Amino acid sequence: MIAIVDYGVGNLFSLAASFRKIGAETVVTSDVDVIASADRLVLPGVGAFGDAARKLRESGLDRVVTCEASKGKPLMGICLGMQLLFSYSEEFGRHEGLGLLPGRVVPMKGVIPADYKIPHIGWNRLNIKREIPLFRYIKNGNHVYFVHSFYAEGCDHALAATTEYGAELTAAVAMNNVMGCQFHPEKSGEVGLNILRGFLNV
Amino acid sequence: MITKRIIPCLDVKDGRVVKGVNFGGLADVSSPVTLAEYYSRAGADELVFYDITASAEGRKLFTDILTEAAQNVFIPLTVGGGINALSDFERVLSCGADKVSVNSGAIANPNLIAEAAERYGSQCVVISCDVKRVDGQFRVFAKGGRVDTGMEAIEWIRRCVGNGAGEVVVNSIDTDGVKGGFDLPMLKAVCDAVDVPVIASGGAGSMDHFIELFQTLPRVDAGLAASIFHFGEVAISDLKEILSQNDINVRL
Repeated sequence: MIAIVDYGVGNLFSLAASFRKIGAETVVTSDVDVIASADRLVLPGVGAFGDAARKLRESGLDRVVTCEASKGKPLMGICLGMQLLFSYSEEFGRHEGLGLLPGRVVPMKGVIPADYKIPHIGWNRLNIKREIPLFRYIKNGNHVYFVHSFYAEGCDHALAATTEYGAELTAAVAMNNVMGCQFHPEKSGEVGLNILRGFLNV
Repeated sequence: MITKRIIPCLDVKDGRVVKGVNFGGLADVSSPVTLAEYYSRAGADELVFYDITASAEGRKLFTDILTEAAQNVFIPLTVGGGINALSDFERVLSCGADKVSVNSGAIANPNLIAEAAERYGSQCVVISCDVKRVDGQFRVFAKGGRVDTGMEAIEWIRRCVGNGAGEVVVNSIDTDGVKGGFDLPMLKAVCDAVDVPVIASGGAGSMDHFIELFQTLPRVDAGLAASIFHFGEVAISDLKEILSQNDINVRL
């Protein structure tokens, strides 16, 4: 059973539907016991980092997610959910994340050329830096769907894939049982479903 | 580098796709779900479901269909038609839509875009604008292109983006249905005015028109069309192959 952690941020319809499509059983939940007894965790998220981090903390779900991850349970963050895995974000002030991965979340603005549109929205190519279980069923250069204005930097040895958008931006990260995608696998067609299949094999 | 997007638009009325289709291998060509799956497999980068139903029953049918499509198609889905209030955003987002396209609703309620962007984020709010030349001016039309609002289009689009719209669909009434190509001067004026993605609509009659669009206006992000895809005049897989051969960056 995969627990999709529901802390009141974003639309979880497609995420649950995409796991269902590949035959995985999911539960969208904010119940600590359900999360603790699940085999795998998915941390979703859209919107602003500060708001999401606050909701995660206020719900107390930050502790159970951190605790389960430290016990070795597979955890995948998606989009803002991936950003929350890092130490902190500089999105509208400084906000603390879960600190499960090295790195910080910073604005694209000023890093990419001024004539590039922000948010980075659309299909872009994955440059796979390192083979990780999430990439088991996909190929280097496959396209995935991004929507974001901030990105993770300083990910060090957790960096697994980047994408080119005027600069090389972090697209996926992984360290042991903790991993994340900046893009939306649930909106990335067959390639995205194959990334989720990879997560089932972690 | 980000790819140019090809977006088929499905007009849905009383649960069926309005424009007739004839594809080999598709048993039910007017089923929105079947057609959505077909386009997704063919390489569509995104789908637009446009609800042209007037009745309450039709609207319920539309959301049922949207739900079914979103459970089977895993590319971005935009929903438009009949979006007049925040409750309409909620209704379609909870059925699996990723973006919501507002047209007449934004004209009738100027706060709608700002309120929706505040609640759901700009990435979720698309301003769709029907534009026609009147007295040498680009003019906004409402109610499916029937009513001249008197508003100048570029200024209106700029205002919508300022209020939080994260994407713009420009539908040229002047070129729509003519199949003589996209309205390049109109699209250029919009691209010069805003820094969010611009989606070109109205006028596509052949694959060459998409090549011309992306080569002439590199700042246009996507091309949207309905009938040429539905009638099988242009196959999306062929279109993307040809675009790629012309050095236009697409997802193959």
